[in-house]
Amino acid sequence: MSEKKFKTLSGEEVKACYTAADLSSKKTTDSEIPGQYPYTRGIHSNMYRQRLWTFRQFAGFATAKETNERFKLLLSKGQTGLSVAFDMPTLMGYDSDHPRAEGEVGRCGVAIDSLADMEELFQGIPLDQVSTSMTINGPAAIIWAFYIATAEKQGVPSEKLSGTIQNDILKEYIAQKSWLFPPKPSMRLITDTFAYATRHVPKWNSISISGYHIREAGATALQELAFTLADGFAYVEAGIEAGLDVDDFAPRLSFFFNAHMDFFEEIAKFRAARRIWARRMKEKYGAKKERSLMLRFHTQTAGCSLTAPQPENNIVRTAFEGLSAVLGGTQSLHTNSMDEVLALPTEKSATIALRTQQIIAHETGVTNTVDPLGGSYFVEALTDKMEAGAERYFEQIDALGGVIPAIEQGFFQKEIAEAAFQYQKEIDEKKRIIVGVNDYIEDMAMDMPLLRIDPAIEEEQVKKVQALRASRDNEKVEKALRELQAEARGTENLLPPLLEAVRAYATEGEIASTLKEVFGEYREQPVF
Amino acid sequence: MNVTAEPLKVIGKGKGPLKVLVAKPGLDGHDRGVKVVARALRDAGMEVIYTGLHQTAAQIVEAAIQEDVDAIGISILSGAHMTVFRKVRQLLDENNIDDIIVFGGGIIPEEDATVLIEKGYSHKIFGPGTPLEQITDWLEKA
Repeated sequence: MSEKKFKTLSGEEVKACYTAADLSSKKTTDSEIPGQYPYTRGIHSNMYRQRLWTFRQFAGFATAKETNERFKLLLSKGQTGLSVAFDMPTLMGYDSDHPRAEGEVGRCGVAIDSLADMEELFQGIPLDQVSTSMTINGPAAIIWAFYIATAEKQGVPSEKLSGTIQNDILKEYIAQKSWLFPPKPSMRLITDTFAYATRHVPKWNSISISGYHIREAGATALQELAFTLADGFAYVEAGIEAGLDVDDFAPRLSFFFNAHMDFFEEIAKFRAARRIWARRMKEKYGAKKERSLMLRFHTQTAGCSLTAPQPENNIVRTAFEGLSAVLGGTQSLHTNSMDEVLALPTEKSATIALRTQQIIAHETGVTNTVDPLGGSYFVEALTDKMEAGAERYFEQIDALGGVIPAIEQGFFQKEIAEAAFQYQKEIDEKKRIIVGVNDYIEDMAMDMPLLRIDPAIEEEQVKKVQALRASRDNEKVEKALRELQAEARGTENLLPPLLEAVRAYATEGEIASTLKEVFGEYREQPVF
Repeated sequence: MNVTAEPLKVIGKGKGPLKVLVAKPGLDGHDRGVKVVARALRDAGMEVIYTGLHQTAAQIVEAAIQEDVDAIGISILSGAHMTVFRKVRQLLDENNIDDIIVFGGGIIPEEDATVLIEKGYSHKIFGPGTPLEQITDWLEKA
């Protein structure tokens, strides 16, 4: 009989016991201190002793009105930041009355067509007092302009706004697949956002470089780490190429990682990410400001780890995943709701998910000291291994000509599809046990109440956008769109003309199609 | 959760390997599941055509007709499943096609899956976490 092998989720073999001899970077590790370069142990010396992470639950469904109510509910229950989930048409740059939007309006998130919807979304929520994260990528600049203009309407100057716009198009081509334009103009919109944020919205995170979706698409922890940081380097290089000083925009770059079930591997991933980023920023890109070297990140527990059978078990999974994010030093956290594998969360399941974070924060004692697993032979050895594995991927990506050529050659897509298939095979072959799915199965009927989106929502939203087009000053809209198109053909920053179009109540779809006429649309060659 | 129509009213078209079109309708980009299934069907010896993302029902049916497939597998989790399956069925009917098996998967609540089957929009819906072999076995027997 062959001996049983113990492996991490990434396939890294795990030994029975770890000692000091397993540390390849013992000297560094011993001298590493939280709050000091290379920040392996955390970006702050006091971490959660001083301030807990931001409890930021992702929410959005139906129309602005319903989501506004959910936001207020979450804030009243102790959530400390907002996070907007947009519906598919909004993510893809279509208005709710576009034929392609049929059946999708308000389903996977909230439908936002224009400034009017954004105003309603944040009605009664003072934007100088909450920070808002927005998961939007292809049309990120447009949606951000909606937000800035909404703040103006509330009398809040853009200098006071804090939050994050995801704005990460590379991971869309790699994994999440919500795109509008081809890579080059997309990268321009992103560097325009960096430049505008630096000058006018200084407290804003102009990008959240996201491994979350890469992981959800099937990547291993190591692939998530390597591909996300590689994307990060590509944005830094694009910013530098666009003539920005690295220390002007790097402090506002943020990251977004997944927390999956392999507890120690996840913690090692977060620690390795900080170390790699700090080194690269300092040594390769010559960043000098401390803030430019610190990798700050949001974490979401792994949606793909949740199971449809015995959905209550997902509360337990999410708690362990959330704990790994906290032990890994996250700056903000979203804990998934148990029913997300079946539908958008109900009020009750969303509340339990938030309570899970509050229990980790206030009851477990893990926040009392900084990086409590620092110095663990196993965690340190895994951190080193993750780092070395990521470096090997960076070499492969460089050999393909960089991130965009690697995307065009399907490199990431193939790596991820292969990992996803292997993972499923291991489950099917019971090499990996998933409780309730391939073992400990119970034949029980699902009796969990699910959130249903009323189909009438779509009709309502369609009417709303059509009424808007009928009531606004259309001459003003057309003028603003023409102006925007002219600027798109040039090289100036696109945020000012975008804001003008938004203020005139041009819709997202109108703005997107105006830009598509100049930029073109992206199509992928699918691989499996 | 797997919901099946019993009995299946259609059989694969003929000799040779089953030809399956796997499709991602709607606007969502979650293609992990569809790719894993596509790979499993191919490994099981079937001929697999994957449409790529963001397909309309019309594009899916047109591709299925052009490729003369035995089955259409639809993967969807954006919540638009009722609209998409209904449209696919409608377009198949309009083209007088009754020998293509339609099946699907994704985030589709059980009660919706039951309606999809009852209305004849789909022959089977596979829930999240279905073992791949179960899908290939079912198609081979269908």
